[in-house]
Amino acid sequence: MREDIIVINQVGKTFITEKGANIPALQEFSLKIKENDFICLVGPSGCGKSTLLRMMAGLEPVVLGQILYRGYEVLKPDKRIGMVFQEYSLLPWRTVLDNVGLGLELAGTPIRHCRETAIKYLELVGLEKFSGAYPYELSGGMRQRVAIARALANDPDILLMDEPFGALDAHTRILLQKELLKIWEANRKTIVFVTHSVDEAIYLADHIIVMTAGPGRIKERIDVNMPRPRDRANPVYGKLSSRILDMLEEEVVSSQEAVTPKTYHFPGRVTARS
Amino acid sequence: MAKARNTLLISLIIPVLFVILWWYCAQRVDNSIILPQVSEVSSLLIRPMDNLISMGSLLSNILVSLIRVLTGYIIAVLLAIPMGILMGYYSTMFTLFNNFLGLFRPIPPLAWVPLVLAWFGVASFATLSGIEQGQLYTWLSSLKLSMVFIIFIGAFFPILTSTIYGVRSVNKTLVDSALVLGADSRKIFSKILLPAAAPSIVNGMRTGLGVAWMCLVSAEMLPGSISGVGYLITHAYTIAHTEIVIAGMISIGVVGAVLDLMFRIFENRKFKWQRLAR
Repeated sequence: MREDIIVINQVGKTFITEKGANIPALQEFSLKIKENDFICLVGPSGCGKSTLLRMMAGLEPVVLGQILYRGYEVLKPDKRIGMVFQEYSLLPWRTVLDNVGLGLELAGTPIRHCRETAIKYLELVGLEKFSGAYPYELSGGMRQRVAIARALANDPDILLMDEPFGALDAHTRILLQKELLKIWEANRKTIVFVTHSVDEAIYLADHIIVMTAGPGRIKERIDVNMPRPRDRANPVYGKLSSRILDMLEEEVVSSQEAVTPKTYHFPGRVTARS
Repeated sequence: MAKARNTLLISLIIPVLFVILWWYCAQRVDNSIILPQVSEVSSLLIRPMDNLISMGSLLSNILVSLIRVLTGYIIAVLLAIPMGILMGYYSTMFTLFNNFLGLFRPIPPLAWVPLVLAWFGVASFATLSGIEQGQLYTWLSSLKLSMVFIIFIGAFFPILTSTIYGVRSVNKTLVDSALVLGADSRKIFSKILLPAAAPSIVNGMRTGLGVAWMCLVSAEMLPGSISGVGYLITHAYTIAHTEIVIAGMISIGVVGAVLDLMFRIFENRKFKWQRLAR
């Protein structure tokens, strides 16, 4: 039996707008994530999925409920919990190599050893030739590869990814999805991946968590049982995709109709699992 | 190469026209107290080591002024940068100090003169250090506290403001990504905030040095001063040596421009990433 690496217990979050109104972003959200799982969180924008990820990373305080990492409450950032951001996370004044080595450098590792390790991880993402380049010399896709290499170089126990491919063009995106899977299959780190894209979620995840519109709760947990690499032409793929898209559409519509988000009721019509 | 030559030529047109205009006006006015000839001023400038109106050479006066400016300036840098970083990063610090400092910011450095004189009088760094004779005394005694204070005030605010701005506009994701990689707050300051805000800080330092240099003349008009370009100008004015006034003005301009240029070259070399990063 694999261990629960992350336990999210009844977590809630409310944002206060400048006018003083309370916007509930997350409500009584509970989830258990097992070791080596690849989980995707999908949901309409504003459902609090990025907030949830930031709380798991220790970047956002957990006020209601609790988040446990291997049994310990997450109170502040921990280098065993790595994170890849959507964009602009590389230090523009550092070379690619020194960006990847940053985590080790922060831990007080001698510079030479940082660089040796960094090169290894750059090879993993196929960018060893660009080790002396600066981030502004790279394309968006290459930058995200560097960001992934940087997170991995710290050898985290779990990797949180906040729409890491969201700003990339469709082709690069598909390419990076493949690469990410290859890396994941090699080291099997636990990954929690937030995305807007249903296609991306189905292509990558073991389990897809579909969230409700704000306040975010779990609408449905879908286990994707297709073998990898997944074929987008597979009818199961298409069916799953349209099913999740329907759910999301329902969410967007209901959240627009709802007077307050709280009056929303769980529809309970989703049934069969693929 | 041809392009570089063209750039140089174009940038010289206005100065040359200006000198011609000066030359023409000086010929027409024909009164060296109102407007001295170009040749009178340039002969002073090409021999900067000559003794002028028994005040020492132009060069030695520039040197004295530079030391004064740098002393006040360095104190301003040492206080403004740490303070700016703290105020930029911790909003409590910002709230605590900002309104208070905001009241002082618009006060021109010159307005401090009466107070500064009342506080420091003619005390100098020599008084502070207790040295009473020798070469070192001569140097230290020309470093009046009042002047250094005026220059400090002038340089402090531009540096503080751009440091605060620089730190505040550091992309939050950079800080977050260092945090998840295991950075403590000391490392956040040294590895993220300081380098990320460096272009803005250095830009503020450049402006600050400019202002400090501009405050010089008013600082050197204070009593107790017997040297420096600012004093040279004031003194030359009282004895109607307008050509020395103009030579002093030109020296101030040239030294200020050279200091500025040094900063620009440094910025271009060091902060290429900032121009090129999206």
